[in-house]
Amino acid sequence: MKAFTYQRADSTARAAAAALKPGTKIIAGGTNLLDLMKLQVETPSNLVDINRLPLDKIEETPDGGLRVGALVRNSDLAADARVRQHYGVLSRALLAGASAQLRNKATTGGNLLQRTRCYYFYDITKPCNKRNPGSGCAALAGFNRIHAILGASEHCIATHPSDMAVAMRALDANVETVNREGETKVIPIAEFYRLPGRTPEIETSLKPGEIITAVTLPSPPPGLQIYRKVRDRASYAFALVSVAAIVDSTQGRIHSARLAFGGLAHMPWRVAQAEQRLTNAPADAATFNTAADAVLDDARGFGGNDFKIPLTRRTLHSVLAETTRT
Amino acid sequence: MDEHEFNAGPNTPGKVEVTRRTVIETGTTALLLTTLPRAALAADALDDNEPSPPVVDVELQVNSRPHSLALDPRTTLLDALREHLALTGSKKGCDHGQCGACTVLIEGRRINSCLTLAVMHDGQSVTTIEGLALGDNLNPMQAAFVEHDGFQCGYCTSGQICSAIGMLAECRHGMPSYVTEDLTQDAELTDAEIRERMSGNICRCAAYPNIVAAIKQTAGLPT
Repeated sequence: MKAFTYQRADSTARAAAAALKPGTKIIAGGTNLLDLMKLQVETPSNLVDINRLPLDKIEETPDGGLRVGALVRNSDLAADARVRQHYGVLSRALLAGASAQLRNKATTGGNLLQRTRCYYFYDITKPCNKRNPGSGCAALAGFNRIHAILGASEHCIATHPSDMAVAMRALDANVETVNREGETKVIPIAEFYRLPGRTPEIETSLKPGEIITAVTLPSPPPGLQIYRKVRDRASYAFALVSVAAIVDSTQGRIHSARLAFGGLAHMPWRVAQAEQRLTNAPADAATFNTAADAVLDDARGFGGNDFKIPLTRRTLHSVLAETTRT
Repeated sequence: MDEHEFNAGPNTPGKVEVTRRTVIETGTTALLLTTLPRAALAADALDDNEPSPPVVDVELQVNSRPHSLALDPRTTLLDALREHLALTGSKKGCDHGQCGACTVLIEGRRINSCLTLAVMHDGQSVTTIEGLALGDNLNPMQAAFVEHDGFQCGYCTSGQICSAIGMLAECRHGMPSYVTEDLTQDAELTDAEIRERMSGNICRCAAYPNIVAAIKQTAGLPT
């Protein structure tokens, strides 16, 4: 690990001001950042610890939703009675991620900002445009079975690893931030993540020095919520494909559906056309197929991850069958 | 270990060159590097070629005893326990949060001590495997591991036991798991629940059935 100086933040504005300085990183749970620092993928010269800031509450909002502080631990969010009752997809997604020890440490804000688990991003002897812009992408012609089939570019085919963010995408969550001047901002999660394009090192729409303070969940949408995660082992592994689904149906007819996918792209993936094809449609294989077509129309494999295309279709079928079973 | 030795370039994947100079200068450490996984060496946690940053004062309550430490801020909680307090019961397995051998309890909650800095826990209480027994009386979880043979080589065991104690506390607080059928109800501690909740602790000897039995006994369930 490279040497760094350590500061403890006593206000979000001060943390934001400190974060503006080159070489400074904010640390909360630290489960991803310290992992990357040990490998010298991340080499901050200054760490600002925000763990003592009062951002660890889950509060009800006036519109019937929830406001989740950025420092609420993943395990506490998953276990919250209101989340379990009304946002089951979020609780399930959180519990599908990492291990209990990591969830006890990892935070809501940190989970959103965790980095890809692309092998080549982690290996500092290999080219990676995300870690070292302009150096190339070793995954394109390398081992890429965990990589993106949607929204990738010739510069980066990494996926976003979060389960939590996939559920939040389906729930239309909003990310609240503050900057050095104390100005607050609300970023819809649909606009929070970026595609890799030519600048895969820029992963979110956060400005330098902008700090996440909370994630708000709108009032719970109607329908059954499930999170399906397909992975190489039954527990404690990243998703090859995951689906956060919120489907409202009665007697074999779908009224509305929201689908967000993990493991497929540089961000949680949602396709409006797929959801439209499910709206007011019979819950049958033909409908599920047209929805899968809409999701996978632009899908492209890179060799090792070709299997994700049929796997996504089958997983979606299974999820839609389960959520519309009467 | 020089940083440039790991920047071997794209055509020499994973190649780590130990030069004659390094061997002479660092003696046994360099020799150990040829046989041990890099992550297994505590010395590797810090890059000794860097000028050290100012030390930070850290107060830790470890196993009910207060300790005042002056640490390089890079010191992980695991290294603080092992290298500064000589509490070597917590093990360094992968050093990346993947194996669970370093599991300790912070304020009663289980975490991976390798993936957190000691300074982040200033003022907090830490319980390690060394703090579980009361004199010669083993903690019931320790005794159950002995009784059910919940280990072979024993390297993961301290992490397994700390994790299991944290896990039962989570169950008492109604924490659900990925395999909990109904999120609105408290989970019944079935074998599947125990296995899912303990998935952050790897046992390469695969003593899993006996670990599950030990946990069930401690939880007062039929084994």
